[in-house]
Amino acid sequence: MSGKPLISIISAGMSKFGKRDGLFGRELFVEAATEAYERCPNLDPKRDIKALFVGMMGESYEHQGHTGPTIADWIGITPVQAFRTEGACGSSATAIRCGIFAVLSGLADIVMVGGVEKMTHRATADVTEYLAMASDFFFEQWNGLTFPGLFAMVATAHMHKYGTKEEQMAMVAVKNHHHGALNPKAHMQKEITMEQALSSRVVAWPLKLYDCSLITDGASCLILAKPELAKKYTDTPVHIIGSGQASDTIGLFERDQFTSLNAGKAAAQEAYKMAGIDPSEVDVAEVHDCFTIAEIVAYEDLGFCKPGEGGRFIEEGQSQIGGKVAVCTSGGLKSKGHPVGATGTAQAYEIYLQLTEQAERRQVKGAEIGLTHNIGGLGGTGVVNIFRRG
Amino acid sequence: MTEETVAFTIENFYKFVKEGKIMGAQCNKCGHVTVPPRPVCPKCLSKHLTWKENPKQGKLLTYTIIHVCPEQFQPLAPYAVGVVELENGAHLPGMIKGIPHEKIKIGMRLTIDFEEAKSEGWPQWPRCYFKP
Repeated sequence: MSGKPLISIISAGMSKFGKRDGLFGRELFVEAATEAYERCPNLDPKRDIKALFVGMMGESYEHQGHTGPTIADWIGITPVQAFRTEGACGSSATAIRCGIFAVLSGLADIVMVGGVEKMTHRATADVTEYLAMASDFFFEQWNGLTFPGLFAMVATAHMHKYGTKEEQMAMVAVKNHHHGALNPKAHMQKEITMEQALSSRVVAWPLKLYDCSLITDGASCLILAKPELAKKYTDTPVHIIGSGQASDTIGLFERDQFTSLNAGKAAAQEAYKMAGIDPSEVDVAEVHDCFTIAEIVAYEDLGFCKPGEGGRFIEEGQSQIGGKVAVCTSGGLKSKGHPVGATGTAQAYEIYLQLTEQAERRQVKGAEIGLTHNIGGLGGTGVVNIFRRG
Repeated sequence: MTEETVAFTIENFYKFVKEGKIMGAQCNKCGHVTVPPRPVCPKCLSKHLTWKENPKQGKLLTYTIIHVCPEQFQPLAPYAVGVVELENGAHLPGMIKGIPHEKIKIGMRLTIDFEEAKSEGWPQWPRCYFKP
């Protein structure tokens, strides 16, 4: 059935996500890191953490670069070697990958991986411009394309090829808001109705306001250890048993098809193969629902359903808690929020809670296998990790 | 521009756009045409390339109508943008003009046209767009 542990999560932390007025990225990361420290009293962070990898998308938000040492300093673990990883909205999933490389190379036994973004203090127009930097400037942005516009073109192609409906996209928003309402750390803890979702203003047709994820402040982190050491630090580790990452053109127009994301699909295939499991064995998944259509595409790219059946999958309730696979129990990027650099490790934080039975009102009973699917930009980066209860 | 001596760069792609041409880099080894051009063929990694003019007709593969946009495009909003497959198979993104939005359909035939772009500082590239 499931593969052997590649690396183990011995602790995890996440700041409250939201509009965190008066707090900057480094302070939010302290919130996440100290939670991880407190969950793992056997760990001496100054002594035991041998490397730090922090995902962050852009310097523009805080006018601050050199993220690695900044965070290392603020969380009290200098002179640890510290790195920033960047893969747009997939930045901290690539930090997890770097942590795996570091531990499997034998150069470090225990590492911290995480991510952070402080966004809400800037004007929406500025944030939109910074986010757009993850898409192709030279041909797509130059011709008026926006980030929602690019995912809208994925939606239009999906609707045309498979008959996917705007109502089915709205169902993703309603589901993720429902899940987010059960998560005390989510940005927007409120239910929405189908009518609200469908009547919200158009951002880039066919995508409306409620099809889009939130501009959010937040930070998240994991402490990863060599599997042999995990039990020394915790009775309830969570193992990563499969991991994959792939790249693709950052320009959508250069691809041969627009209804799936090649990098997400390739990452998933690599992770499933390593884990030795089938998609049907996944109990709980956090997927990259930056726009509702992206979650529908993710169902298909991850093999939860066949290509073209993603719309029906949400309509039949297969992806809600109690369905075939509970997707985005945290509320997802849609309702928990999307502080871009923090999203990848925040997805893993949710899976860590689920597989250690700490997800409270949104707990998926008896969840054994979890999956995270983090996409950078429009799928230029795709990272999939598969987790098993320790 | 005399094509023989022109490097396969983005700047030169836009210089050709200014002349009303959509130029790509055809690989002498595998025949693949890369539009816009790159200095190396992404399919076979050959650097032996020849400039190739692309047809100006194609069909619409996908599109969106953008309502929320950066300040510079505000006067045009809501505007349509799509990806067109040219008759030789190359893809190009661009705005779709000269047709009511509700009449735009995937698969429809579109033709490339050109316009000067007014902008300050870098970059100073022209644009191409699509029309019925």
